[in-house]
Amino acid sequence: MTTLLRHRLFWPAAVLVVLLASNLIFSNNFFTITLQDGHLYGSLIDILRRSAPLVLVALGMTLVIATGGIDLSVGSVMAISGALACLLIGDLSNPDAVGPVLLVVGAAIALCLVFGLWNGFLVAVLGIQPIIATLILMVAGRGVAQLITGGQILNVRSEPYRVIGAGYFLAVPVSFLIAAAAVALTVALTRRTALGLLLESVGGSPTASRLAGIRSRRITIMVYVFAAAFAGVAGLIYSSDVSSADSNAAGNLIELNAILAVVLGGTALTGGRFSIAGSVLGAVIITTLDITAVSVGVPVETTLLFKAVVVIVLCLAQSATFRAKVFGRFGTRRAEVPA
Amino acid sequence: MIDVSTPPTPQKNRSILGGRRVYRPNTKHIPVLATLALLIVMYSIGVYNYESFGDTQVFLNIFVDNAFLLVVAVGMTFVILTGGIDLSVGAVIALTTTVAATLLTAGWPAGVVLPLVLLIGTVMGLGMGAVIHFFKVEPFIATLAGMFLARGLALLIDRNSIPITNDFWTQIAQKRFRFDDGVFISLNVVIAAIVVLIAALVLAWTRFGRNVYAIGGNADSALLMGLPVGRTRIAVYTLSGFCASLGGVLYSFYTSSGYSLHGQGLELDAIAAVVIGGVLLTGGSGYVLGTVLGVLVLGLIQTIITFQGDLNSWWTRIVVGILLFAFIVLQRLVTRKAK
Repeated sequence: MTTLLRHRLFWPAAVLVVLLASNLIFSNNFFTITLQDGHLYGSLIDILRRSAPLVLVALGMTLVIATGGIDLSVGSVMAISGALACLLIGDLSNPDAVGPVLLVVGAAIALCLVFGLWNGFLVAVLGIQPIIATLILMVAGRGVAQLITGGQILNVRSEPYRVIGAGYFLAVPVSFLIAAAAVALTVALTRRTALGLLLESVGGSPTASRLAGIRSRRITIMVYVFAAAFAGVAGLIYSSDVSSADSNAAGNLIELNAILAVVLGGTALTGGRFSIAGSVLGAVIITTLDITAVSVGVPVETTLLFKAVVVIVLCLAQSATFRAKVFGRFGTRRAEVPA
Repeated sequence: MIDVSTPPTPQKNRSILGGRRVYRPNTKHIPVLATLALLIVMYSIGVYNYESFGDTQVFLNIFVDNAFLLVVAVGMTFVILTGGIDLSVGAVIALTTTVAATLLTAGWPAGVVLPLVLLIGTVMGLGMGAVIHFFKVEPFIATLAGMFLARGLALLIDRNSIPITNDFWTQIAQKRFRFDDGVFISLNVVIAAIVVLIAALVLAWTRFGRNVYAIGGNADSALLMGLPVGRTRIAVYTLSGFCASLGGVLYSFYTSSGYSLHGQGLELDAIAAVVIGGVLLTGGSGYVLGTVLGVLVLGLIQTIITFQGDLNSWWTRIVVGILLFAFIVLQRLVTRKAK
């Protein structure tokens, strides 16, 4: 029991279970999944589908935070990738052909890679603090996205493009499959190779890892490129889902939600050890929170308040000091919880 | 007691240079001087290119339009000087204006509403500071939760924009100090100027101000020196909360309305102003005067874009991003040289 309580995913998992359970009370058919026209339907499927962009962004953010950095520019990168894709598709002679659309998607992601390189260059080569270095792109990026779209909302009609965010493959939402593939790729790269270890070592102490022979600079640049690429894919999913590019709404506040997801998942902002499963769980919690608020019948006005309360409770529950101060007097648990 | 405000200047090399004295600014002042130079260059470009740009009122309008931002940025300066960050300021402005407008509409006297809304912001700041200090929650996360909470409360109170028709409020909003025909400032500017003055004096000449610098320089050393680290840190967030709510009051004077979506993204403007003003985001170095210059630079960019007429609003973001980059690199070079 105590080992279960001390497991770092215990608190987030508990919150998710409570959230889902409260859905069970308030709406009867929350857990029913039906098959219609070869597509799976249901609130649970909806959660999986809608959480895909946040999962992707949170994945990149986890790697960045593991190295002791932070990436505030992901929302802007999402907006840029969606804007560029919609602009290029609008210029295609036949927007329903698969080949050109794939090229467009590739171009959008390539542009995001450049932005990731830029962030990485600022952090690793110029030695600027990550929060400021990425703030530059966060502020300027939305301007760039608006520049691409000409300040308007670009609508596109393209069947292949729509599949990315709103399509189904073997009855499963494509966006969920993309997110799952990204998670699998990240887990394989970080846990099946030495990369995860190197990331944690750079996050623990860049100087010490450099002295130990790790090219910390290269690793730091790499994580920002990863984060930007995932954000770019998330931007494509978002814009394809609504079939348009909206430079203001795309990825609005997603950097904060992603950081929140990572922290909820038990990865400390100071860097070092990280948990991919935790971040995915955190991202799913945040999406579930939004959907729960609707299904429980919390008025739209109070959704944000509801979110704030849950976030505060979860942050306090995760703070070892808080638990020690509140529960410590009962002598049930130790103050130090390995994070 | 050692007078720390004027560090002793070594008088060496005077004989070697043979009386030729070259002006060498203190490295700490270089970022502020650079901002000042930029401001002068930008202003000259404006005067040169646009008719009637040189009018006194055009310059004064920058203050009139940005008084609330100035107050918020001053509070942010204190927080950033300790090495923290406050993301909640924009949401606190929204909460302040909404509460004020709602209570005034309900017929509460302005003499009660004004202190009450200031108290709300201050208490929120105090709460965030306490959570950050006592429970060791990261400032980024704690103030993010505060941001959700404040904006959520504002949305809960009213989703719509509420006009303020209270006599006292409209009187203050229309109060103008006229110097000459068509040359005036609003009361907001006077209030902001008083705030700036007090903040500059507190930072430079009080024990509290020196503690802020000490904590930003190195919190552990400050603690070992016996400085009240916890108290100062909580005080800094309280101060920022107060400044944010005062900024909200000024904003409600300025717009004569309360709205739960006021001040969106204002935290970024405040942080950008502080950074452009030469305050180091790692803490421990910077001046209130720099922040004032930073706010002026942001205001001047907007003015120039308005005068140009054919530039779109997104250019503001891109230019601010480029300026942020330039200043951050400059700071980086300066601090590297100093070491």
